[in-house]
Amino acid sequence: MDNKERMQLPYQEMPELPVTQRLAGPVEVNRGYSEQQALAEAERCLQCKNAPCVAGCPVDIDIPAFIKLIREKRYTQAGLKIKETNSFPAICGRVCPQEQQCQEKCVVGRAGHEPVGIGHLERFVGDHLIAHSQKPSRAKPTGHKVAVVGSGPAGLTCAGELAKLGHQVTIFEALHEPGGVMIYGIPEFRLPNDIVRHEIKSLVDLGVQISHDTVVGRTVTMDEIRGEMGFEAVFLGLGAGSPRFLNIDGENLRGIYSANEYLTRVNLLQAYRDDYDTPIRRGQYVTVIGGGNVTVDAARWALRLGAQTVTIVYRRSRQQMPARIEEVRHAEEEGIQFQFLTQPIKFIGEDGDVVGMECIRMELGEPDASGRPRPVPMADSEFTIDTDLVVIAIGARVSPLVPIAVPGIELDESGHVIVNPETLESSVPGIFAGGDLIPGEETVVRGMGNGRQAAQSIHQYLIGRD
Amino acid sequence: MFEVISNQQLATDIFELTIKAPRIAQHHRPGQFCIIRAAQHCERIPLSVADKDSGAGTITTVVQAAGHSTQEIVRFQPGDYLLDVVGPLGQPTHIGNPKYAAFIGGGFGAPAGYLMLKALKDAGAELLAIIGFRTRDLVIYEEKFHNVSDELIVTTDDGSYGHHGLVTEPLGERLANGESFDLIMVVGPVVMMAAVAEVTRPYGIKTLASLNPIMVDGTGMCGACRVTVGGQTKFACVDGPEFDAHQVDFRELSERLKMYQAGETQAYEAGPHQCKVEPRYWQVRENDG
Repeated sequence: MDNKERMQLPYQEMPELPVTQRLAGPVEVNRGYSEQQALAEAERCLQCKNAPCVAGCPVDIDIPAFIKLIREKRYTQAGLKIKETNSFPAICGRVCPQEQQCQEKCVVGRAGHEPVGIGHLERFVGDHLIAHSQKPSRAKPTGHKVAVVGSGPAGLTCAGELAKLGHQVTIFEALHEPGGVMIYGIPEFRLPNDIVRHEIKSLVDLGVQISHDTVVGRTVTMDEIRGEMGFEAVFLGLGAGSPRFLNIDGENLRGIYSANEYLTRVNLLQAYRDDYDTPIRRGQYVTVIGGGNVTVDAARWALRLGAQTVTIVYRRSRQQMPARIEEVRHAEEEGIQFQFLTQPIKFIGEDGDVVGMECIRMELGEPDASGRPRPVPMADSEFTIDTDLVVIAIGARVSPLVPIAVPGIELDESGHVIVNPETLESSVPGIFAGGDLIPGEETVVRGMGNGRQAAQSIHQYLIGRD
Repeated sequence: MFEVISNQQLATDIFELTIKAPRIAQHHRPGQFCIIRAAQHCERIPLSVADKDSGAGTITTVVQAAGHSTQEIVRFQPGDYLLDVVGPLGQPTHIGNPKYAAFIGGGFGAPAGYLMLKALKDAGAELLAIIGFRTRDLVIYEEKFHNVSDELIVTTDDGSYGHHGLVTEPLGERLANGESFDLIMVVGPVVMMAAVAEVTRPYGIKTLASLNPIMVDGTGMCGACRVTVGGQTKFACVDGPEFDAHQVDFRELSERLKMYQAGETQAYEAGPHQCKVEPRYWQVRENDG
């Protein structure tokens, strides 16, 4: 088959749960390729020599190589090929914004066709590895001990890479379950908890220890970690743990949640289940403010919790939404409405409960620092949205626990940890940081990339001490 | 997993649990709290640390069985294991160097003041403690407060024990008689803390209130515990729990505490008690390699 013929092959759509079956609970919407679909989609890859897709991947997966292995039905080898640079293909295959990364650069896509479904293929081999998993063999112990603070994408990746090199790793996690944003934040209908748990279990099989309920700086201090506990190096992956609010009137009325709280209650604390005590307000007319994946996640959860209407209110237009196109499409299919170019200016309360939200219409002006057009309020365009439950999903700041965990660590004016970009080492020698603690795309895969990069630096650091 | 060492009922619905938690006992400072999740289906409940023994590696907390998850906690008996205890959380009290200080406590919140008073006493302060309860049967921690204060006043709303009336009355009298305090600490129901703040405000006495908003993670991640202090939004879990009582918007705090009131008034149906905890999937058993 020549390239021209390959480009004519039909794109394999991801099978999805029918909309009518989605709202009963957090069942995963994307069902995954069948083997036939994976083989058919793999045929669409042109195996480009210069592989522009790889340049779009934050963790440099050898995409043509793993797709070629799929064609040869060598699925385990395909998975191991991905694992050379990315420890968690079943996770990345589900939550990476491939349309803005590898698939955006795909030559098939650039030629006007649907790009190769790289993410769907990655998920296929990731799931194959999970279904056919074997206990990994442990590396010869080096005798070095490393502490990892936080068990999200960056921390888990760093821990796994170091364990593979034979270092003894302990992860300190503040919550009662590891997984970070993948457990408390991303809903099961996008990323099932069992997938995350399987990947964490595979790290435990590598010898990684996890100390949950442990707040570094409170339950144990950094002096203890680096002193009597004997950890020679530390990776900080505490994430963007502090929700932003709008700072407008009425924001502390009952019925107004941060996305972190709303998602934590329902994902980590299972508020949707009758056999759990966790309370959650189940609004009838729900409004979710923001334009990212977290916004869409909260909105879709609200529908599953029984809301009559769910409206996403975003101050820019659809084109500027940072959320993945697929998530926005799923949300629309499920009946979520959108109010674009709309900014809340005040919440309206009645006896302490939110009942409405005063908004103003925006228009797009000159590009701002982010390169996107700046939303500008339109005069005399105020209007009111009736709502009994509001979720504010406008982003997060670096965890306030960072300076508590590491007193004296240097932070920039936005609170990010200042690191050497080559090594990810912070201002404190032997303490490294990555993921949402340092500036960059707030994605799972970027955290994983940082975790991997830091693991390599930590390895060098430890070798240097031998 | 955290072993319950003792569980003693102090009054109707009020229990004192001592729990093996060596790291928390070692690092806890007065003013800090912990969060307990008794079993898998339970909420994370923020609780004050009423006492500790770093030698024995234990902390003591006083729990009012008010909702489902607190009812579950108080059912744990010696030898049972609570699933999760995390802490110490929040900022420690800034004790400073007061010569004369007062602690005002109300209801089951009063025990939170015990370690604060102990620290103040160690710092050389002369101490007045006023602890108030609805009625005689609910009076708790009297002897412990007696031991760490120079003067103790117990009040009951119905006059069945001690001073008949509210904690603000003896405090107000002292202030009106010209007594001056370098520091007043207050822990208890919101309405009581707000009343104490109003009593001390005209005198300009530094008054710290330890706030008890709804919390989830306790590490600054969710914002459920946001309170307005001096017109600014603060997170009680990481910025507090103690704030300048004269700056706190107590009305808002009181309103926010009603977030789930409808749900919590439902009759509690006791499910199977989960007190023997299995290791979790990431925990490797000793001989598991």
